[in-house]
Amino acid sequence: MRKGLLYISLMLVIFYSVGPLLWQLITSLKMDYELTRIPPLLPENPSLVHYIAIFKGRMFLRVIANSAVVASLTTLFALAIGSLCSFGLAKLATRYKALILGFVLSISMFPPIATVSPLYLVIRSIGLRDTWWALIITYTTFSLPLTIWILTSFFRELPDEIYYAARVDGCTPFQSYYRIVLPLSAPGIFATAILVFIFSWNEFLYALTLTSTQASRTIPVAIALFPGIHEIPWGEIAAASVTVTAPLIILVFAFQRRIIEGLTGGAVKG
Amino acid sequence: MKRSEAATWFIAPALLLLAAVTIYPIIHVIYLSLHRKLLIFGISEFVGLQNFLFLLKDGRFWGALGNTAYFTALSVSGELILGLALALLMNKAFSGKGFVRAMVLIPWAIPTVVSAKMWEWMYNGDFGILNYLLGTKVNWLGDPFWALHAAIMMDVWKTTPFVAILLLAGLQLIPPDLYSAARIDGAGPFRLFRHVTLPLIKPMILIVLIFRSLDAFRVFDAVYVLTGGGPANTTETLSVYAYKVLFQTLQIGYGSALAVVVFICVGLIAIGFIGIMGRRVAYR
Repeated sequence: MRKGLLYISLMLVIFYSVGPLLWQLITSLKMDYELTRIPPLLPENPSLVHYIAIFKGRMFLRVIANSAVVASLTTLFALAIGSLCSFGLAKLATRYKALILGFVLSISMFPPIATVSPLYLVIRSIGLRDTWWALIITYTTFSLPLTIWILTSFFRELPDEIYYAARVDGCTPFQSYYRIVLPLSAPGIFATAILVFIFSWNEFLYALTLTSTQASRTIPVAIALFPGIHEIPWGEIAAASVTVTAPLIILVFAFQRRIIEGLTGGAVKG
Repeated sequence: MKRSEAATWFIAPALLLLAAVTIYPIIHVIYLSLHRKLLIFGISEFVGLQNFLFLLKDGRFWGALGNTAYFTALSVSGELILGLALALLMNKAFSGKGFVRAMVLIPWAIPTVVSAKMWEWMYNGDFGILNYLLGTKVNWLGDPFWALHAAIMMDVWKTTPFVAILLLAGLQLIPPDLYSAARIDGAGPFRLFRHVTLPLIKPMILIVLIFRSLDAFRVFDAVYVLTGGGPANTTETLSVYAYKVLFQTLQIGYGSALAVVVFICVGLIAIGFIGIMGRRVAYR
């Protein structure tokens, strides 16, 4: 009886969590004339017409490519620079460690709106506006606090003896970082990578201000500014939403444990 | 090479990047807020604190501040209550835990812009599923009362997973012996929750409150995409107002002053929470 109640509540929770996305999926499969009447809830003749429409003209493909490049390179840079810093903090630095971590944490609290206008002016004046690099540099920096916090706590858990042994065997600090500490912390690095990737894939405010054409426009901006001729093209927006959410759903299902580790590691140890 | 000397080389790149892309802009935005700067006319003159004085008389600013505070208070409390309920539920023994957790995480992973569009369609007054399911005819996003609450409901849906996952981690740290001991002493489920669970996850609740309050106070995408600040600015938050002044009317000086105010508010909230946490730790 109590088990039954538990499973019913869990089903309600699942329905609440995925209901809106499910409705978007259903909407994306409806023809235009079906969108303006309810009931019926389900499409009479499910059709891929909206998916075909968004992929025609290649604009949407270009936007997906922009997002993929920006998010991948950001992840790569944030992890490279962040893991170096975390290694220095966890295994090398003796002084200022708390100070630096506190500084990094306070930066993660900066409201994006406060930094967006100067960054816009600077990026415009050095000619990087509407390029991938404008976003990659910005996202990499804003991902650093999270990266440094999670990785420092992961590196700290590795016994110092491993590091000293490597040094005694003649490794330079960099070699011991690269050959010993990095491979041993692969799970933590992977967890961080997923979080940074999702952050960069989803970010909106900077993407909205630093991009202006499809040369660098990312998915969130494209969806927010979806062009409609007469009225809002709900079917196409739904198709686009489902398309760009699909990779994230796959990430969540494949790496649910890692994501939770990253989220709680970043918050709890912080 | 000494350890600390080597450390400098490892730490420096990250700190330099942070200084260039976060600290420098903060200093620059404060500088801009003391100027009258209109990009299209090429005007840029020092005006001292005039922007801030004007701000005090700007009804739209006070409206936005009120909306932001209301949004933060309601969405954070909603997320906390729902998130705690969800965490307690997921902490029970059942099969398919990984599956349920992945399902629960989905709203967190969906881009805010996408979820705003999803909810905009569900809120649609004529063909929205929400009116259909509730049997109502509410113009959710066109009604000055409902629009802000619609944005809050969406934010609660989107961020409850984050709260639930963190609180669940907190719950899992509670040793099961404590529960058995309390049960032997005759405590019922309510008293178990009140006297064992709640005190032990209090630190985690505080962490979640800090993260979520700071995040909710800077809210931009959720509101900007869902309502654009309308109807009649009734959903306009500080970040949305600042964005419009900065990039739509291109008053860089005044917009920067608004941005500085957001920065100060967020700083005050952070300091307030750290004060509460500090006292608690000292009390122990």
